[in-house]
Amino acid sequence: MHSRKPFYIFVILLFVTGIGASIYRGMQHNVPFLPGEQVQSWAIDAKISFNGRNKPAEVQFSLPNDPAFDILVENTTSPGYGLTITNESNRKAIWSIREASGPQSLFYRVTLVPTGKLALHAEQEPADTELYLWPATEKTAAEQIVEDVWGRSATNLSFAKQLMTLINDDNQSQNMSLLLSTNNSTKLFLQMLHTKGVPARYVSGLLLEDQRRRQQLTTYVQVYQDGEWHLFDVQNNKQGRDNNLVLWEHAGGSVLEVMGGSNSLVNFSMLQDTRSALATSIDMMMTDDAMDFSLYQLPLEEQSLFKGILLIPIGVLVVVFLRVIVGIKTSGTFMPVLIAMAFIQTTLLTGLIGFLLIVSFGLMIRSYLSTLNLLLISRISAVIIVVIFIIGLFTLISFKLGLSEGLTITFFPMIILAWTIERMSILWEEEGPKKVFVSGGGSLFVATIAYLAMSNTLVQHWVFNFLGIHLVILALVLVMGQYTGYRLTELKRFKPLVGEK
Amino acid sequence: MKYAWPWELSRAGVLNMNKRNISYIGRYNPRKHYKRVDDKLITKQLALANGIAVPDLIGVVKEQHDIEQIPGMVLGRSGFVIKPAKGSGGKGILVITRVENGRYFKANGNEVTPNEIYRHVSNTLSGLFSLGGKPDVALVEGLIEFDPIFNGVSYEGVPDIRLIVFKGFPVMGMLRCSTAASDGKANLHQGAVGIGLDIATGRSLHAVQFDVPVDKHPDTHFPLSNIQVPHWETLLHTASSAYEMCELGYLGTDMVLDKNRGPLLLELNARPGLTIQIANGKGILPRLKHVESLKGPAMSVEQRVEYAKKHFCDKPLF
Repeated sequence: MHSRKPFYIFVILLFVTGIGASIYRGMQHNVPFLPGEQVQSWAIDAKISFNGRNKPAEVQFSLPNDPAFDILVENTTSPGYGLTITNESNRKAIWSIREASGPQSLFYRVTLVPTGKLALHAEQEPADTELYLWPATEKTAAEQIVEDVWGRSATNLSFAKQLMTLINDDNQSQNMSLLLSTNNSTKLFLQMLHTKGVPARYVSGLLLEDQRRRQQLTTYVQVYQDGEWHLFDVQNNKQGRDNNLVLWEHAGGSVLEVMGGSNSLVNFSMLQDTRSALATSIDMMMTDDAMDFSLYQLPLEEQSLFKGILLIPIGVLVVVFLRVIVGIKTSGTFMPVLIAMAFIQTTLLTGLIGFLLIVSFGLMIRSYLSTLNLLLISRISAVIIVVIFIIGLFTLISFKLGLSEGLTITFFPMIILAWTIERMSILWEEEGPKKVFVSGGGSLFVATIAYLAMSNTLVQHWVFNFLGIHLVILALVLVMGQYTGYRLTELKRFKPLVGEK
Repeated sequence: MKYAWPWELSRAGVLNMNKRNISYIGRYNPRKHYKRVDDKLITKQLALANGIAVPDLIGVVKEQHDIEQIPGMVLGRSGFVIKPAKGSGGKGILVITRVENGRYFKANGNEVTPNEIYRHVSNTLSGLFSLGGKPDVALVEGLIEFDPIFNGVSYEGVPDIRLIVFKGFPVMGMLRCSTAASDGKANLHQGAVGIGLDIATGRSLHAVQFDVPVDKHPDTHFPLSNIQVPHWETLLHTASSAYEMCELGYLGTDMVLDKNRGPLLLELNARPGLTIQIANGKGILPRLKHVESLKGPAMSVEQRVEYAKKHFCDKPLF
């Protein structure tokens, strides 16, 4: 008698792997856990315009690079221009042309999907900040304010917060009024931070609002503290970011640089869109070219095939449960699963009626065949052919009557039906009609339960999109294979043994 | 209340289907020896080699074209039995109790035409009654002339004695008697009466039909409370020695009493049913655990029978 321990470890491993793989899939690829889930996406058009000067032109345009948004699709329209996209830490599109004359328009279009990851982690410690040197006229005023706030703050962040409050204070000191008369508030804020060597930088962001056109980027300031960049909207006296803000450029550089052109300008227009979360995550996986174990990489025909095949484990699980734990007898171990598969095509009621019609007609024909004294093989074969006739006949009749439901009857597995008829016929001869109804009813009951489980949209969504679920099913089936307890039906069967109390 | 609580059953030591399959059949019955019990022809040959009495073998039909030799085989006999070698649960057993001028009759008086017999044998050969539908052979056996001591206990059929033998120890027994409802068959789920037997003495303890306690045979109204199975010692020995013969730890032995030849081994079963517990009004699990806990050197057949008689005796529940 060997130890059961490795078995249980194996089962637990299967279970954990299955659950883990499913959660990973949900988190990493944003595959929604519920079917029919919707996500917002933003379609943003950037129009870059400038005037050419009849000489070579090069346009460098920063592309959005924000962990809070995933890029679903991006493309550009720029006839006559050569285009390179650099994929360094600052993504940039570089358009170039030998000769640009007159007004030029370049388009960049991107579809963004919010990810909800609003925090911006710094990949590396920012380099030491160059101390800002104030012009002589502002030096005293600025240093007084900075020293005062510095004394009242503990960290970079609290320093920045207090500075921003002070800049936006309604009762401004003379010093502050002086400084604001020559600088805008964002610039002043950054300079003051730099005076104390606090790592801070400009960042350009686009505020997303549905159906807006001719929008501009807004400048914000980011302050570094403990591995993270914090956003400050000095003009609105606001710290932190909303989820409708896309950071377009955050390396402190400029968004648009045009060489060989003048009057350059970038305008944004945007449109909000709602799309299926599932379709979005599939598109994302396609864009990322993720070498992940996804069935969406298969051709469509195989995909729909697998949608059916992957339901079988659910049906099998139901059968194992109903036989091992509940103790329902069926004719043919997995016949109910195959019948349930057919029900998925036919829908339940049509399926049940069709099944009963075929089997009862089959039994009638079979009772004639049994008087012919045939060999078993040829008898079964004859039943198969007769079943095909019956199916053909019913399909034809229902078509003539205009019952389109009847046409789906062809989905029944004919060989299985023929064997079912044969077994039931023998059962009828040996044990009488009652047993036939009990066993046939049990099979249909199990098939119905299996159908209800398999046709559930949540189940269908999970078995196809989260393949880890199948490991969990495997683990459950293995565990049930170890069940030595009483079946539900045995509680009734063995009732006489515990006496009447 | 129609349902028992699981812990009540567990306290009563009732063995259930899942536990039987995993903890007894799976653990004590090695797969490779199954054919010794699943194929009745092999069982018969093994039994003869081990000096265990079995019903006469009239002939074996192995091919479709041999089917028509059956009337020749049974010529001059007053009755015969056709059974599939690999049948299970009593399926496919055809009992002809009366032969008159080449016409065959079942116990209930219905005639069976030769054509029906041919079809039955043909089905048998095709594997209709065998486990997994495998091709089979049909055995033609002599009819057992059952001991008149059981007159009235059984209706239109031979009562048989089922003993559960665990690691060679007979642990529980019952007498199965056919009824009108069971159509002359001795299978409890078909409506036969099951009578629990005391391992020590072979006396009846308790009786059920369709899992409900009865004290009279439903058709003959014969009182069931006072039955003594004759040749009890021989039955126990035969059953116990079947363990050495087929090397299956958890075994059901089916025996009948012939008027002239005494106990005959009908068949062995590697997956004996659980209804014997209901017939005995007692769970089998404590006895199985008792045998499992036995230590010491292997016992001989005689020692095992003595041990079982001493430890597995019971009081009637009537």
